Amino acid sequence: MTENLSERRLIAVIEDEPPIRKFLRASLGAEGYRVSEADTVQSGLRMITQEPPDLIVLDLGLPDGDGKALIAEIRQWSTVPIIVVSAHDQEREKIAALDAGADDYLTKPFGIGELLARLRVAIRHHNKSSSGSETVSQIYHHGPVRIELDSRRVFLDNVEVRLTKKEFDLLALLARNAGRVMTHRNLLKEIWGPHSTHENHYLRVFVANLRKKLETEPARPKLIITEQGVGYRLAESEDFA
Amino acid sequence: MQDHRPTPEQMLARLQTEGDEDSAASRRGKLKIFFGYAAGVGKTYAMLKEAQRLKSEGRDVVVGYVEPHGRQETETLVEGLEHVPLRQINYRGAVLKEFNLDAALSRQPEIILVDELAHTNAPQSVHSKRWQDVEELLQAGIDVYSTCNVQHVESLNDVVAKISGVIVRETVPDDVFRRADELSIIDIAPEDLLARLKEGKVYVPAQAERALERFFRKENLFALRELALRRVTERVHADVETARHGRGGNDVWPTGETLLVCVGPSPSSASVVRSAKRLANAIQAELVAVHIENASTQQLSPEARNRLVNHLRLAERLGAETVTLAGDDLVTETLALARRKNVTKIVIGKSESPRRWFRKRASITDRLIQDSGEIDIYVIRGKADSDSVEGNDPRTQAASAFVGSRPLEWLGTIAILGLAISLAWLLDWLGASQANIVMAFLLGVVCVALKYRRVHAVFASMSAVLLFDIFFTTPYYTVVVDDAQYLVTFVVMISVGLIVTALTSRLRETLWQTQRNTRQTEALYQLGRKLSGINGQQFLAAEAERAISELFQVQAIILLPEDGVLRPVLHRDASFAANPSELAVARWAFKHETIAGRGTDTLTASQATYLPLLSPAGSMGVLAIQAEDVGPLFIPESRRVLEAYASQLALALERDRLAIEGQEAMSAVEREQIRNTLLASVSHDLRTPLAVISGASSSMLHANTRLDAATQRDLLETIHEESERLSRLVENLLRLTQLSYGSVEVKKDWFPVEELLGSALGRLEHFLATRDVQIEFDPSMLMTHCDSVLMEQVFINLLENACRYSPSGTAIEIRGRQKGKRTILEIADHGSGISEEDQERVFEKFQRGEQSITDSRGVGLGLAICKAVMDAHGGKISVSNAESGGAVFRLELVADAMPPTADETSDDTTDNKPIGDTPS
Repeated sequence: MTENLSERRLIAVIEDEPPIRKFLRASLGAEGYRVSEADTVQSGLRMITQEPPDLIVLDLGLPDGDGKALIAEIRQWSTVPIIVVSAHDQEREKIAALDAGADDYLTKPFGIGELLARLRVAIRHHNKSSSGSETVSQIYHHGPVRIELDSRRVFLDNVEVRLTKKEFDLLALLARNAGRVMTHRNLLKEIWGPHSTHENHYLRVFVANLRKKLETEPARPKLIITEQGVGYRLAESEDFA
Repeated sequence: MQDHRPTPEQMLARLQTEGDEDSAASRRGKLKIFFGYAAGVGKTYAMLKEAQRLKSEGRDVVVGYVEPHGRQETETLVEGLEHVPLRQINYRGAVLKEFNLDAALSRQPEIILVDELAHTNAPQSVHSKRWQDVEELLQAGIDVYSTCNVQHVESLNDVVAKISGVIVRETVPDDVFRRADELSIIDIAPEDLLARLKEGKVYVPAQAERALERFFRKENLFALRELALRRVTERVHADVETARHGRGGNDVWPTGETLLVCVGPSPSSASVVRSAKRLANAIQAELVAVHIENASTQQLSPEARNRLVNHLRLAERLGAETVTLAGDDLVTETLALARRKNVTKIVIGKSESPRRWFRKRASITDRLIQDSGEIDIYVIRGKADSDSVEGNDPRTQAASAFVGSRPLEWLGTIAILGLAISLAWLLDWLGASQANIVMAFLLGVVCVALKYRRVHAVFASMSAVLLFDIFFTTPYYTVVVDDAQYLVTFVVMISVGLIVTALTSRLRETLWQTQRNTRQTEALYQLGRKLSGINGQQFLAAEAERAISELFQVQAIILLPEDGVLRPVLHRDASFAANPSELAVARWAFKHETIAGRGTDTLTASQATYLPLLSPAGSMGVLAIQAEDVGPLFIPESRRVLEAYASQLALALERDRLAIEGQEAMSAVEREQIRNTLLASVSHDLRTPLAVISGASSSMLHANTRLDAATQRDLLETIHEESERLSRLVENLLRLTQLSYGSVEVKKDWFPVEELLGSALGRLEHFLATRDVQIEFDPSMLMTHCDSVLMEQVFINLLENACRYSPSGTAIEIRGRQKGKRTILEIADHGSGISEEDQERVFEKFQRGEQSITDSRGVGLGLAICKAVMDAHGGKISVSNAESGGAVFRLELVADAMPPTADETSDDTTDNKPIGDTPS
C-alpha cells in the first residue's frame, strides 16, 4: 500500500473555491493521483516546498496575491509543470502566466477529460526534458496525419504532403510540443528568430495554409487547434492518447 | 402707525438681508478699528490692552502684525501674546517684514491683531493693501482688530492734505469703515500728544523732529482731531438711525438719496470725486460715478486714459457704483442715467477743458443746469492732485498734439489746400467768376474736414480765406482789399467753412460711435453664436481664447477646474499659466470671484491678469490674459467688452456643464432601466438550466442504485449540456456588461476568417453536432481586421441563433467575400426568417424572435452583443430574409488598410522548396 502510494503522482491544487477543490480531489483521486490542497498563495508555497509535487494546478484568481508572481517564484528553483486555471475572458492573464513559466492553462468551466489530457501532456513533456534524452518518438500520429520528424516528411492518408521549409518547421515545433499550448510569441520567436519583426498574422496565414493541406475540414480543425487570443495547440499524438 | 408699517417689498428685502446676515454671520468675522487723529495717540496701545484683557478671559487672541515703532510700552504689552510668524520679503536688497496672511488663515484664531490698516504691502504680496488682507481674514470668519488714522480715510484724504500740507498715499476705502462693526476712537488732547512726542514716546527721536515740523503742528492736530471726531460722530449717528428705524427701516441710507458724480480724465476729477463722497456721506446718499465715452475720449493720450481709469477706480474704492456709458452727448447721457437711477444731486467739476476757438454750444455745466429740471447740480472746483499735475496739463497735451503728433495730417491738409489753390488758379485762368473761385476753396475745406480732424479743418478755413484774399482779390499779393464787398465774402466763407467743419466732425463722431458699437455688438454676437454651437469645455475654451486673443491682441488662456484643480485647458505645459505661482493667482481669482493679477490691486507681481468667469452658478473658471501692456485692457470700454466676453464664456461653460449633467442623469436612468430589465429576464434564463442541473443531479444522488446505467448517463448528459448553456449565458452577460460600460478594449489584428469561425465552431461542437455547416469564401484565404475574441463571440452567437431558429438537421451556410478593405460575411439558416418589423428590433437588448423552434429560452442578448461588437469595430450588422426563406445575417467590416495577401506573408520564398522534393 505504501509502496503503491509513493508510486502515485502527487498533484498540488492551489485553488480558493472549496467546490472546485472537492471536484478535483474526487476526479483526480479516481484517476489514481494523490492530491494536496491549498487555498492561498502563501499556504500553497509552503505546501509545495514541504512535499514537492509532480504537477501544480494553480488558480490565477487567488485572494491573497498574484498567481503569476507565484509561478515566477517557483520557476526560480523548480521545473515542476504548472497548469493555470482562469476565466474565459482573461486572455492577457493567460499569456502573462504562460510567459511567467506556466506550462499550460485551462479555462473555467472545464471538463475533467480536458484536465486529465493537460496533466498527461505536461507531465510527459516534463519527464522528457528532465531526462534530457530525445528518446521521444520521432513519429507523430493523428487521424490521417503522420509526421516523421527525423526525415522531415508529412503524410496525409499515407500520401506525402508537400510543405515549405517554414511550414514544416512550424508543424514540427507544434508536434514536439503536441498537446501543449504554444503562444503566438513563442512560435514566432522559434520559427523566425528572436528578432523577428513579423506580425502575428504571418503566423496565422501559415497555420491556415497548413490546415488547408492537412485538415479534412479546415474550418473545423481537428489537428491544429486555435486557442483564441493565446496561440495554437497541436492535438496529442494518438500513440499516447 | 399705519403709515410706518413696512411694505411687503421692504419686508422681503429685510428678510433677505437678514438671511444673508445670518448665513454670513457664521462665516464673516467682525472688524474693530481703533481710530485716531494722528500717530501716537495710543491706538496700538489700546488695541494691545484690549487684546491682553481678552486673553485673560481665555479668548484665542493672536498678533498678526504690530508696528512697535520702538516704543517701550507697546513692546511690554506685546509680550505674552502669540504671534503669527512674519513673512520676510527680499526687495531690492532690503529685507521687509510683512504680515503673513496665509499663516494667519491657516492658524485660524478667534481674534487677530493687524496694526496699520492703511499699510501698503511689499510687492509680490497677495494683496497690494493690508485692508485687503483684513477683508480676507474677515471672510474666513476671523475677528480682526486693527488701527487707522483719520488721514488714511480715502474720502478725507485731500482735506487732510489741505490741512497738513502732507499728502498721504496710503488710504483705506470708506467702505471698509462703513462696514466695520466697531469704531473705537482713541483720543488725547493735542497738547498731550505733542508732549508725548517731545518725550520721544511716539517716534524714535531722529524721525520726530522732521515729523514735528511737517505734521505735528498744533493747529494741524486740532483740525485733524475735529475731523476724526466728526467722522466717528457721523458713524454713531448712522448707527443710531439704523437702530431707531430698526424693524421697518428702509436701508443703511435712510435718506434714500442718490448722488451722481461725473468723472473725467482731468487731473482735478479725483478731488471732485472725493468731495462728492464727502457730500454723499453727509447726506447719507448713495454715490454713482459716471463716465461718458465718446469720440473725443477715445482720442485721449495714454496718460489721460490712465488718469481716467484711476479716477473710476478711486470712485469704486470710495464705495461708489461706477457706470461707463457710450454716448455722443455728455449732458443728455448723464441726465438720462440720473433719471434712471433716481439721482437727486449731480456733482460736476468746473469745466477745465481747453477753450475752443469757437463754441456754438453752451458749456457742459451750463447745459446740465439748464436741462436738469428737479435735479440739483453742484459745481465744484476740483483741485488737481499735486502728483498728477506735472506735465499732464490738458492744455500742454493739446498743444503737443497740435504740433507734433500727426505731421502727416498737417501735410495732407496743406496738400489739399495746394490742390484747392491750383484749381482756383485754373478757374481764374479759364475766366471763372470770383464766386466760383471761392467754391474751389470751400471744396478744399470740406475735403479737409472730411478727411482730418476739426483742428485741421479750422486751419484750412482760415487759410482758405487768407489765400483767397492774397491771391485772388485786388490788390494781389497783399491782405488788403479794395472792395469792402470782399469782407462779406470772407465772413461768409469762413462761416461756411466752420459750419461744414462742425457738421462733419459731429457726423464723424456719431459714425465712429455707431461703428464702434456695431463692431462690439457684432463681435459679441459672433462669439455668443459660436459658443452656443460648441459642445465640450475644450472646444469652448479654444474658441474663446482665439476670439479674445484676436480682438485684444493679447495671449488669452482659459483655466478650468478639473477634478477640483484649476488648469489651463489647452497648451497645458507651454504657457505662462502653467507656472505654479501664476496658477496660485488664478486660483485666488477663481476662489474669490474677483479679478486679480497684473494691473489690479491683488497679486500684482504676476505676469498676467486673471478674470474669473462668472455665471449665475458661480465661478466657472478663469480667463488669463497676458500682454506687453495691460493698461489698455483697463480702459472702461475694453474692460466692459472683456467682461462681456468672460461672462458669455462662463454662460456657455455652464450650459455645457448642465448639458453633460443632464446627459449623465439620462444615461443613469437608462442604465437603471437596463439593469432592471436585465435582472428580470436573466433571472429566468439562469434559473432554468440551474433547475435542470440541480434536479438531475439530486435524482442521481438519491436514486442512483435504482437507476439503470443508460438513465444515469442520460441525466449526466443533461447536466453537462445545461451547464454549457449556462456558461455561454454568463459569458454573454459579462461581455455585454463590459461592452455597454465601454470597458472593452478592441485589439484589432488580421485574422483568417476561417480560423475565427473554426474556433467558434469548435466551442459549439456539441450544439452543432446535427448541423451541416457549409462554408464558402472568396478568396479562400479571407482575412479580416478585428478583435479575435470579440469576433469569435459574434460567430458563436450568430451560429447559436441560427440553430435555435431553424429546424434541427437543416444546413447553416456561411459565405464570405472581400472587396478591397471591406469584408462581408453572411450566415444563413433555413428557418422561417424574421418579419420585417422585427429586422431592426432584433439587435436591441432583450428582444427575442417571435417563435423559437427548438426552445423558448435565451435572453436575446446574443444579437445585442453582436451589434455592440460590430459598432465597436466600426462595422455593420443587418438581417434580411433569403428568397428561399430563412434569415441571413450580414456582417460588414471595413479595415484601415488593405489585407495582407497569402503571397505577401509567405516571405520565405527563397527556401520555399517543397520538402517532399528533397527527401533527406
